[in-house]
Amino acid sequence: MRKIEEKFFKALMIVSSITILGVLLYILYTVVVRGLPSLSLDMITKIPSGGFYLGKEGGILNAIIGSIYLISGAVFLSIIISIPVVMFLNFYLRKKSFFADFARLCFDILFGIPSIVYGAFGFALMIYLGIKASLLGGIIAITMLIIPIMIRSIDEVAGLISNDLIEAPMALGATKYETIKVILRQLMPGITTAILLSVGRGIGDAATVLFTSGYTDSIPTSLGQPTASLPLAIFFQLSSPVEEVQNRAYAAALILTVIILILSFSGRYFSRKLSKHKI
Amino acid sequence: MLQYRIFKDRLSRQVMLGLTILCILFLFLIGAGLLFKSLPVISEKNLWGLLTTSTWKPFKGEFGFLVFILSTLHVTGIAIVLALPVSLLSGIYLCEYASPGIKKIFYPVIDLLSGIPPVIYGVWGTLTIVPFISEKLAPHFVEFSSGYSVLAGGVVLAIMIVPLIISILAEIFNSIPAEMREASASLGATKWQTVKKVVLRKSLPGIIAATVLAISRAFGETIAVLMVCGNMTEIPHSIFDACYPLPALIANNYGEMMSMPGYESALMFAAFLLFIIIVIFNAAARITLNQVERIFHV
Repeated sequence: MRKIEEKFFKALMIVSSITILGVLLYILYTVVVRGLPSLSLDMITKIPSGGFYLGKEGGILNAIIGSIYLISGAVFLSIIISIPVVMFLNFYLRKKSFFADFARLCFDILFGIPSIVYGAFGFALMIYLGIKASLLGGIIAITMLIIPIMIRSIDEVAGLISNDLIEAPMALGATKYETIKVILRQLMPGITTAILLSVGRGIGDAATVLFTSGYTDSIPTSLGQPTASLPLAIFFQLSSPVEEVQNRAYAAALILTVIILILSFSGRYFSRKLSKHKI
Repeated sequence: MLQYRIFKDRLSRQVMLGLTILCILFLFLIGAGLLFKSLPVISEKNLWGLLTTSTWKPFKGEFGFLVFILSTLHVTGIAIVLALPVSLLSGIYLCEYASPGIKKIFYPVIDLLSGIPPVIYGVWGTLTIVPFISEKLAPHFVEFSSGYSVLAGGVVLAIMIVPLIISILAEIFNSIPAEMREASASLGATKWQTVKKVVLRKSLPGIIAATVLAISRAFGETIAVLMVCGNMTEIPHSIFDACYPLPALIANNYGEMMSMPGYESALMFAAFLLFIIIVIFNAAARITLNQVERIFHV
């Protein structure tokens, strides 16, 4: 009886694990099969002509460049905010500090808040400040979305830094600030992983930019202009009645998936590198 | 020179403290901002009325959120029912049974599943799940279904929360000391008995917390659900009917809501509702998880 139960549940476990693997492969297969025929050089080097919703010609360069602008702005802003926060939590406060625990809880909660809420809040904030849907608005909204991700994942590696590494520079007469600079170098692989993770999350999220960055056919030339983005290129163009436009959506989906794949694998590579050089 | 270095040290400390406090305050700022924006509609129709009526006529100033709340609950319910057993079984397999080789393949799979953007899940859902429901599954049960339904939303959501649940479960299972398993095995228990009687029992609070986190993720998921669930302002009567969850409501009306103050306030109320539920769920789940970890790490 015990043997049968054992076998039964083991079989169930294997089946459910294989199902998960199968679903992932099925998703990738669907995206590739639908996207690959539409992918051409024009698709990634031209902006849509005759409107992104109805125009049959052109590609999705506007969305690719738009997404790159959005994510680089947001990553830059969130790095200069999250690194000081993590350093403060880990190296200025005591190990068992209530403030640090509370702060971590807050970041965990912020991490759980859905992107649509960040989008809606960002939109309300923009109305309040008088900013129109623009590159700047999108950057602010994505920054809000990825700061918790960045803080949490850098915090995880910062907690692993050994005390010796902090004490050695201090013993040599360095100030705390100068010590932090030494630690930062040690944290570099961890920060790189955090950046890759945030880029992956930020570049694919549609709900935050839906309100805040607008959508346009052209490539923005200043922070005040609206901008296209890859997730919205998929979302808007998929609902178009024109087949060529829908194909642009499938091509955009393939490009976005490839970006995510690359980010995910390079993230693994960097975290492996991190564990190799750990002191 | 030394003076300058000390000054720089003090300044950087203040800046870091300031930024930390700012980031924490941000959580409360979002809540306050959304509440402030939704005050007009709350004071006009009382809170209870908003939550329990189902007439949605924004142009006449009638805002009943019942349809959207029920839709959200239906979709989330299906997602949890589908995702929890699968994640539990694979989580146990991954931590207790799998060889290092299988783990090496499987962890990237989980990573990738959680990394795929919602909009890609939406595309996949409309291409595969929706036609499957309308052509193969629904005709056995109801006369007509477009496929854009509660079930489609639930299935897509279930796939999206599986990696979240598994990664939390893996952390909990791995934190259970090996001695406990050895003690059980030395008394003659089989592996599955050990899992059932020791691992699962010890990690029960963690499993509940993981489920709560998954529920709150499912509540807030927008684009993927929006693309497959049909978006009709009617209470769904079966899982093959279209539905209209709260996040989809916000996302679909962002263009119009500028023009009418009452409408904007109502949509902000929807966002506030999501926010407050998710904050409570997340806080409860995270505190539980932290405690579970503390118990085993001492």
